[in-house]
Amino acid sequence: MEEGVIKTDKLTKKFGDFVAADSLSFEVGKGEIFGFLGANGAGKTTAMRMLCGLSKPSSGKATIAGFDVYKQTEQIKKNIGYMSQKFSLYEDLTVTENIRFFAGIYGLTDQQIKTKSEALIDRLGLQNETKKLVADLPLGWKQKLSFSVAVIHQPKIVFLDEPTGGVDPVTRRQFWELIYEQAEKGMTIFVTTHYMDEAEYCKRISIMVDGKIEALDTPHNLKEHYNAKSMDEVFLQLARSAKRSDS
Amino acid sequence: MEEVPHLQSSKNHSQFLAFLRKEFRHVLRDRKTLLILFGLPIVQILIFGFALTNEVKNSKIIIVDYARDAASQQITNKIDASNYFEIEKSIIDYKQIDAAFKKGEIKMAIVFPENFNEELLHTNATQLQVIVDASDPNTANTLTNYITSILYDYEAAQNKTLSIPYRIIPETKFLYNPQLKGAPNFVPGVMALVLMLVCVMMTAISIVKEKETGTMEILLVSPFRPILVIFSKAVPYLLLSLINVTIIILLSVFVLDIPVNGSVILLFAESTLFIITCLSLGILISIKTNSQQIAMLISLMGMLLPTILFSGFMFPIENMPWPLQMISNAIPAKWYYIIVKSIMIKGLGFLSVWKETLVLFGITLFFLIVSLKSFKIRLA
Repeated sequence: MEEGVIKTDKLTKKFGDFVAADSLSFEVGKGEIFGFLGANGAGKTTAMRMLCGLSKPSSGKATIAGFDVYKQTEQIKKNIGYMSQKFSLYEDLTVTENIRFFAGIYGLTDQQIKTKSEALIDRLGLQNETKKLVADLPLGWKQKLSFSVAVIHQPKIVFLDEPTGGVDPVTRRQFWELIYEQAEKGMTIFVTTHYMDEAEYCKRISIMVDGKIEALDTPHNLKEHYNAKSMDEVFLQLARSAKRSDS
Repeated sequence: MEEVPHLQSSKNHSQFLAFLRKEFRHVLRDRKTLLILFGLPIVQILIFGFALTNEVKNSKIIIVDYARDAASQQITNKIDASNYFEIEKSIIDYKQIDAAFKKGEIKMAIVFPENFNEELLHTNATQLQVIVDASDPNTANTLTNYITSILYDYEAAQNKTLSIPYRIIPETKFLYNPQLKGAPNFVPGVMALVLMLVCVMMTAISIVKEKETGTMEILLVSPFRPILVIFSKAVPYLLLSLINVTIIILLSVFVLDIPVNGSVILLFAESTLFIITCLSLGILISIKTNSQQIAMLISLMGMLLPTILFSGFMFPIENMPWPLQMISNAIPAKWYYIIVKSIMIKGLGFLSVWKETLVLFGITLFFLIVSLKSFKIRLA
């Protein structure tokens, strides 16, 4: 494997007595699409927030693009993109205004913003929608736009927190084409999901149960190891042991 | 990193501008809210200025003048000239008064006795009868006060030319507002209310909205400095509020005929201070809450209500029991109200309001520090 872009060692987050993320140790390579699976409440979002610098770990070590999650959050922020499970564009701004705003706060120059947003609009086929409010776009388009905006500054890593919630498999497939394009350019993709068809698209998958990583391998190896026909079965076998209630 | 250090500040600058542009778009695009923001002060000023005043205008009165001399005539003219009275008719028959009252045609009757002027000249004291319809005691009281002040005014004018002063009726003084206009006190009150509403509620809501929709996370993950998020949220509302202050002042000067007696610059400077107080309160609320409804509720119940109760513009603080008076001291609007009243109506300068300004400044500093300290860069 290439040198790890994301490295964690016994990364732990406690809220009082509750251990939301328990000794997570893994490595993600450059250009890898890394799936982060788990039932609701398993600790996926907590783990991701620590990696983004949104939440301070209780113990353990982690580096993102070579920067320490405790001390170098400012540098980390410059090197990552983030798309949350809540839809993350401004509904009352137009497509162009959203693109310009996010490019602007990432410090892109006017010239860069112009070329990037033109390329982005061309790629998504939004030429006729640029002046439309984001609120008026269909959900699938919003998500694609949201992803494109999250990577507009060409970060080394992009974190996607359940990016395709609520859309059909065909739209998800289109969304994943965008992800593949970025991964081919060398961007590392860290994605949480609970859609098993999406899990199959990932190069490697980790499955979290009750705050711990219970399995970590390629989808193919996982299916073989658990003697399962689909990722669904693998997931169910692991999730069945979960003690935490669905929260 | 690859960046040349001296480019960093200009980069921050353009990031901030990008953010400001977005904030203004949010504000300007929401037409309904904008309409409320600008419509509110106008409506409030007009309602308080014209409808909700405790003054009584154009009350119909009858004057029964048995004297028909110079003094009675002059006083009658003065009454006629005021906005408060409308002389229905001047009659000589005393009995008609009773009939007019019963029909509800008049609110008041004034009877000048015979030899009114003569008595005034010789004994320097005289009487006249004022009969008021007291079925509405407040109106009756107000009307009596008006008449008293008109008579006092007349005496004062006469006394200038006389060595031995006239005495008609006990004196009542109306300082700063000799015309007894009801509106001036409302203008500073409305200003405090509107600023409170716009700055506290709108700022709180606009920040909490980002939390609710999840965009706040995106902002916190970006290299944009969190403190600048707060500042760029505050700037549009600061400007909107200054526009509102201008509208209120223009309305009161040109529509309500209430001039700004003191320095306009000082008035705006003090208003800016109060706006910053409100903005920091709004920011504080937004930090402590996670939903727009709660932010709105806290702003309305926790901020607007105390402003109305304790700023002194609706209920005099002097009449409150001391625990409530103590509470009123913690209400920033109280101090702002005193300051605006002093500058606008009394025409006083900074030297007269520096204490209040200092208190307001202290409150502002406190809220600003508390809110900036509790704003967490990391969400959890």
